[in-house]
Amino acid sequence: MKNNERHHMAVDKLTDIAQSVYDQLDSGKIPKMMIPLRTKSNIRFDSKSAVWKYGKAMGARSAKKLTGAQMLLRTMYMLEFIEEMIRTSKSSTLREMYYISEGWEKAKFSAQDESNMLAEDLEIITQCMREDFKLRPEEDGARVMGNITLMETDRKGKKKKINCRDDVGDSGYGVPYNVEKDKIEFVDCDADFIIAIETGGMFDRLVENKFDENANAVIVHLKGQPARSTRRFIKRVNEEMKLPVVTFVDGDPWSFRIHASLAYGAIKTAHLSEYLATPTAEYVGITASDILNYDLPTDKLNDRDIQALNAEKTDPRFKDEFWKHEIDLMLEIGKKAEQQALAKYGLDFVTDKYLPEKLTQLGIIK
Amino acid sequence: MASIAHELAKNQKEISVSEFFEKNKQILGFDSLTRALITSVKETVDNSLDACEDAGMLPELLVKVEKSNNTEYIITVEDNGPGIVKKEVANVFGRLLYGSRFHTRAQRRGQQGIGVSAVVMYGQITTGRAAKVRSKISDEDTAYECELILDTKKNRPDIIREDRIIWDREHGTSIEVSIKGKYIGGKQSIFEYLKGVAIVNPHVKITFIPPEGTPIVFERATDQVPPPTRAIKPHPEGVELGELLSMAKYADTNRITSFLNSEFSRISNRVAKDICDAAGVPLTQNPKRLTLEQAGAILDAIQKVKIMSPETDCLSPIGETLIRKGLKNVLGELKADFYAPPVTREPKVFAGNPFIVEVGIVYGGGITKDDPVQILRFANRVPLMYQQGACAITQAIENVDWRRYGLEQRGGHGIPFGPAIILVHLASTKVPFTSESKEAVANIPEIKEEIELALKACARKLKTHLNKTERKSKTRVKFEIVQGIIPMIAAKSAKIVGKPMPKLAGTITKIMNVVWIDDEAAYEKKKHKVQVKIYNYTPKSQNFHLHMVVPFDKIDPKTLGLQPLEVREGNKVTWDIRRIASTDTFELKFDIVGLSQEEYDNELYVSGIDAASVIGVDVLPGDWDLEHLKITGEIAPEEVEDGEEGDIDYDEGAEVIKDEE
Repeated sequence: MKNNERHHMAVDKLTDIAQSVYDQLDSGKIPKMMIPLRTKSNIRFDSKSAVWKYGKAMGARSAKKLTGAQMLLRTMYMLEFIEEMIRTSKSSTLREMYYISEGWEKAKFSAQDESNMLAEDLEIITQCMREDFKLRPEEDGARVMGNITLMETDRKGKKKKINCRDDVGDSGYGVPYNVEKDKIEFVDCDADFIIAIETGGMFDRLVENKFDENANAVIVHLKGQPARSTRRFIKRVNEEMKLPVVTFVDGDPWSFRIHASLAYGAIKTAHLSEYLATPTAEYVGITASDILNYDLPTDKLNDRDIQALNAEKTDPRFKDEFWKHEIDLMLEIGKKAEQQALAKYGLDFVTDKYLPEKLTQLGIIK
Repeated sequence: MASIAHELAKNQKEISVSEFFEKNKQILGFDSLTRALITSVKETVDNSLDACEDAGMLPELLVKVEKSNNTEYIITVEDNGPGIVKKEVANVFGRLLYGSRFHTRAQRRGQQGIGVSAVVMYGQITTGRAAKVRSKISDEDTAYECELILDTKKNRPDIIREDRIIWDREHGTSIEVSIKGKYIGGKQSIFEYLKGVAIVNPHVKITFIPPEGTPIVFERATDQVPPPTRAIKPHPEGVELGELLSMAKYADTNRITSFLNSEFSRISNRVAKDICDAAGVPLTQNPKRLTLEQAGAILDAIQKVKIMSPETDCLSPIGETLIRKGLKNVLGELKADFYAPPVTREPKVFAGNPFIVEVGIVYGGGITKDDPVQILRFANRVPLMYQQGACAITQAIENVDWRRYGLEQRGGHGIPFGPAIILVHLASTKVPFTSESKEAVANIPEIKEEIELALKACARKLKTHLNKTERKSKTRVKFEIVQGIIPMIAAKSAKIVGKPMPKLAGTITKIMNVVWIDDEAAYEKKKHKVQVKIYNYTPKSQNFHLHMVVPFDKIDPKTLGLQPLEVREGNKVTWDIRRIASTDTFELKFDIVGLSQEEYDNELYVSGIDAASVIGVDVLPGDWDLEHLKITGEIAPEEVEDGEEGDIDYDEGAEVIKDEE
């Protein structure tokens, strides 16, 4: 579908929302919108795409309650704002939209989380994407280092061929917010797998140790919970260049969730799982077993960590044997460890010993 | 050789009361420098107030504390009381246990005649200076002035200098004492003490001149002097065996019945006969020869025979109206949200002494939220400053489960937390203190139980208020939705789809689905302008009865638009509210003339309408007994056929996922 058509369709669907609210008011009802519940109890495994998507449970956003009424009002303002942008061929960042709401009186957002959530709500209801609404995230600059060549169309419309190892500095190739075909095309690749790293420190360690060349890997820095564009980039490389994906993160409940959103689909954006998640991605570590096997330096789990682990025990995405075992083990030992704890055995240990061992176990390195 | 007992006897000698107290200052409340100063002010102020009230005069006091050197202060307390005749002055201020009150059963601040003389004594011990007293009575032209000290060995006053001087006032007494002390501010301070005095004595005007800083004036909130109290004979309930026997021994009658009748209150000849019959004591029994067994039987019989409660005119409760006035007058700057209507309980008895408990609660506004509530304890109109934990008043507060009444309390026991001030006043002919310094009420079960009942009664009024406030704030939210947000949603959606603004009445009544009753009473030009607004935010026309507690004869008939359906007991007024159409408003207005501002409480109820569909007032309590007033043509409460109740709220029900992009 052409860009224009997509925007046009978005306008139609957004107008439908306004029409529905208008009709409810006109017939004397309390206006409401039904939205799939974005909770862990309402995600279902879609066997066709092998990712987790929203189930059938719906929640009502009703004007009966103050929050609901405010969100409906914000929805109306946001619709008007999006339609105006599409009409005048402008676009805005999510943060800009948050600031624009300053002029929306009672519809003003009280935090940016709220405006981001509402943008996602609209995606879910209209089955459009926020790019169709001319909304884009801030540049998040996730980094890539490895022997993969792509063609990026720059802001002047010029196509640039970039090798993500030879044409970039030590900080790697910066992933733009738009990684769709109109922006990026993959040209060539000589690598065996992608390794997605949580922390910048570990990314730099692998780069300095030339892990990309020595292990023939594409190293991607996730920067904590990965942005949509990062997840989309990894999925495209995985599908189009046929590279297997592994995640290498800290050994704590929050990092388990980073892997889950990359591999299985995030609860918050389960409507886009099919488009963002890489179901074949494997978890390298750090695992609770690693903590024991490698005798890693640790920190004690705090109350929030324990709460998060227990929540994961009822999260359908963690229902397999591997996760059950690792979560229970972590609760049992009461400890967590950072990726960089491997430095206990020297700076090269991670690239010379740990990763080769683990990747061999996973069958990535033969 | 003299026996050991004789030897020992040589060392035994009489200790004078004054000597005893000199060695045991702490019993009288002089145990620290700070406390000595407060106690001194307290005792002299109590003395002045008692003197003024005994004479039926409106007290006006000047309290001055000056620093004379590092640890010495000069306290001056001046009153406008009747004055003291010359020959009594020295005894009143210079002799311990001298007074007329020890043997009477009547409510007074001072009871034993120790207080003010103890101050004089403490002053002379710590500073070596004499006290200066000046007093003028109205039928003399000059005032009598003297300087005196206490001869602690003999418990006699020693006048050092005396004189007659010109004093530019009708009558009154002034005492100036130098004492060693320490002046501080804060919770336990002279200022707080005087503040307490002003709260429970709204008829008193006090000017306080502190050592530094500007004078503070506590203005009086009423011109009513508390009615004079009368001494009474002991009430039979609670008289103890030994007491009964010793009274009987000194009886001046030969018949037990006339003894009982004349020495106790509330025992008529008939009741005396009933007691003796029940005790198996002959009516002709001579009380002087009453045996121990007979006395015991009489005590048992007293418990069985029905005896009237003691007279109450010996007590001087502050009263519900004046407690509120006093609290408002003194605590006005806190701008509290709510002064719960105070509770004055009926008199009860312990050990033959009648007592009354009074409670007032102030809530919200500028009162701090996160601290334990502030407790104001009073006994016979005197603030209790120390030993809060040991006091039966505090213990009663700790026993109440305040969580039921809208305050926080861990485990339902202990001093509650929240923005509240709790006032408890115990009035009795004899307040049982834990010690002579009169700072804590002893733990007498009858008293503690009464305090608890009074606290609960007052707390219920607080809870009612809090419920009402909460309902009002919920209504306010709904108003915000229907008046602020819905019209904006309507306007925007109409603009986006390019259609005219939709009509909103249907949506609005569905969201509100209540009858909202908002009552206001503005007090201006000595009138209460009462306004009751009724908004029908339901989809149907509404009929119901509105009830108000208001003295009907005080309503200005010219201002009353809708005549009531019925007036009962002079103040239970019922209006029949008919056919208020959906989204319509009805207003009931009238003026009340001749009530003071505090006398009107907005007490409104409705009946004949589903409780859940009314906001702003409560449904009529059962004790109004208005069964005969049936609503004709009653409409069954309408079902809202939205089917929305089952929906999961998307914004409030869902857990927030924050750790994912």
